[in-house]
Amino acid sequence: MKKIIFVNLFVFVLSAVVFSQTYITRNGNISFSSHTALEDVNAENNETVSVLNAATGDIEFKVAIKGFRFKKTAMEEHFNNDDYMASGKYPKAGFKGKIANISSVNFSKDGNYNVTVSGDLTIRDVTKTVNSNGVITVKNGAVTVTSTFTVKRKEYNVVGESFVQQKLGDDIKINVNCQYDKQ
Amino acid sequence: MMRKIKLLALFILLCSVKAISQNVNLDSMLDTQTAHKDSVKTHYAEATFKSTRLIDGHSVETTRAGVLDLKISHRFGQLNDGFYNMFGLDVASIRIGMDYGLTNRLTVGGGRSSFEKQYDGFLKYRLLRQSAGEKNMPVSVTLLGAVMFETDTVAVKSEKKISVKPATSDKLSYAYQVLIARKFSDDFSLQLMPSLIHENIVDSSFNKNDIFAIGAGARFKLTPRSSLNIEYYYQLPGSQMPGTYNTFSIGWEVETAGHVFQLHLSNSTGMTERTVIAENAGRWSKGDIHFGFNISRVFVIKKPKDLKM
Repeated sequence: MKKIIFVNLFVFVLSAVVFSQTYITRNGNISFSSHTALEDVNAENNETVSVLNAATGDIEFKVAIKGFRFKKTAMEEHFNNDDYMASGKYPKAGFKGKIANISSVNFSKDGNYNVTVSGDLTIRDVTKTVNSNGVITVKNGAVTVTSTFTVKRKEYNVVGESFVQQKLGDDIKINVNCQYDKQ
Repeated sequence: MMRKIKLLALFILLCSVKAISQNVNLDSMLDTQTAHKDSVKTHYAEATFKSTRLIDGHSVETTRAGVLDLKISHRFGQLNDGFYNMFGLDVASIRIGMDYGLTNRLTVGGGRSSFEKQYDGFLKYRLLRQSAGEKNMPVSVTLLGAVMFETDTVAVKSEKKISVKPATSDKLSYAYQVLIARKFSDDFSLQLMPSLIHENIVDSSFNKNDIFAIGAGARFKLTPRSSLNIEYYYQLPGSQMPGTYNTFSIGWEVETAGHVFQLHLSNSTGMTERTVIAENAGRWSKGDIHFGFNISRVFVIKKPKDLKM
C-alpha cells in the first residue's frame, strides 16, 4: 500500500511539473496580408488565445474572426460577410499542431531557437495540414513564438465576388507573434 | 477491500488532476474574451433592409454620408389591361429620383414621377438605431417628412373637382411617417409605419384633408443576395377618401455590388406617399395589378474621413 501511494504521489508531482510547463496567452498577435498590384490588404488580431506545452511541443491557437482589424472599415465588413469569412457561421479559426524539435529549446536559457511545426489549420470549417518554420525566443523567462507562413485562401473557400479577384491575392501571408506567460 | 477503495479513489484523483493540468480549453477562453468584449461594446443592427425603399414606400434605412443613390422606379400598366395593351406592358409610370446622405442619419431626396406629373422632395432622419451590447435599443426609428407637388393641371382639376385654374397651394400635399423597424435575425426584419398624409385641398367638404394610415412591411431573406419583401398600407377608417383602396405590394429584391434591384407586383400606379397611401384607386381583386421594378445605384460622392487611405 505504501508503495502504491508513493508511486501515485510521484506521478502526481510529475503531472504538476507538466502543468507548470504550459504557457498561455490571451493577447497574441496574428496578422495577415495580401499583396497585388492594385491593392494591399492588411489586418491584425491582438486577441489571439494560444497554449504551448513546453514538454510535449503541442501548440494550439484560436482567433475570433470578428477580432481582425482593418484600416478600411468597409474591408472589415466585407471580410466578415458570407462571401469571405462568414464570421456569423464560422466565428473562429484555429491551429492545432506540434513542434517537432521542442527538445532543442531550452526554456530556462535566453536565446532564439529555430523550430519546425506542423499541424492542422482550420478556417471556415476547412482543415488543412500546414508546415512552417518558426522561432521561439526566450528572454528573461518570457517566451515569444513567431512564425510566417502562406496559405491559399481558395482552399479554405474564401473566394469573394468576381470583381475583387484582381485586388485580392490568392496567397495570403500569415504572421504569428505571440508572447506567452507561464501558467 | 478497503485498500482497493483507497486505491481507486487515489487513481480517480490522479486522473482528474492530470485532466485539469493538460486541458487548457482555448475555446472557452476565447468565448469568455469575446463575451466580455461584446458586453462593453455596442453592436448596431446593420442592413435591417437592403434598400432605403421597402417597395413603394420608405424603409428605416438612410443613405450613408456622402453617398448619392440614383433611383429609377418603373410601374407597368395593369395586368387586367388585356392582350391589346400586352397586359400592361404598353403603359409606363416612371419615377426618377435621387437620395443623398448629408450625414449617416440625415438623407435628403427628391424625384419626379410621370404619374400626374409630380415632383416630390423629402427629408429623412434616423432617430434611433437598433443595438445590443452596452447600449440596448430594441428597434430602429426613422422619421420622414415629404412634400409632393402635382403639376398635371388637368388631373388636379378633375381630382379636386375645381373649375378654375388651381393655385400653387392646391397642388401641394405632405406626408409624415414614423418608421419603426426591428431586425429579428439575418433572415427576417419587420417594419411598422404610422403615416399621415395631408392634402391642401380635397374634392368635397365631406372628405378629410388629413388621411391617417398604418403600414406594415417585412423582409424575408431567401438566399444570401435576395429576399422577399412585402408592404401593406391600411388607411384608418374615417379618413379614407372614397374610391381609394389599401395598397399591397409583394416583391423580390436582389442585391449586387452597388446595385439593388427590386421586382414586384403592386396595386399602386404612383410611387409617392400621397399616391401610394392615400390615393390608390387600384384593387387586387379586380386585377389592377402592376408589375414594376426599382433600380438603385449608389455613387460615393464624398469619401468619409475614415476611408482616407
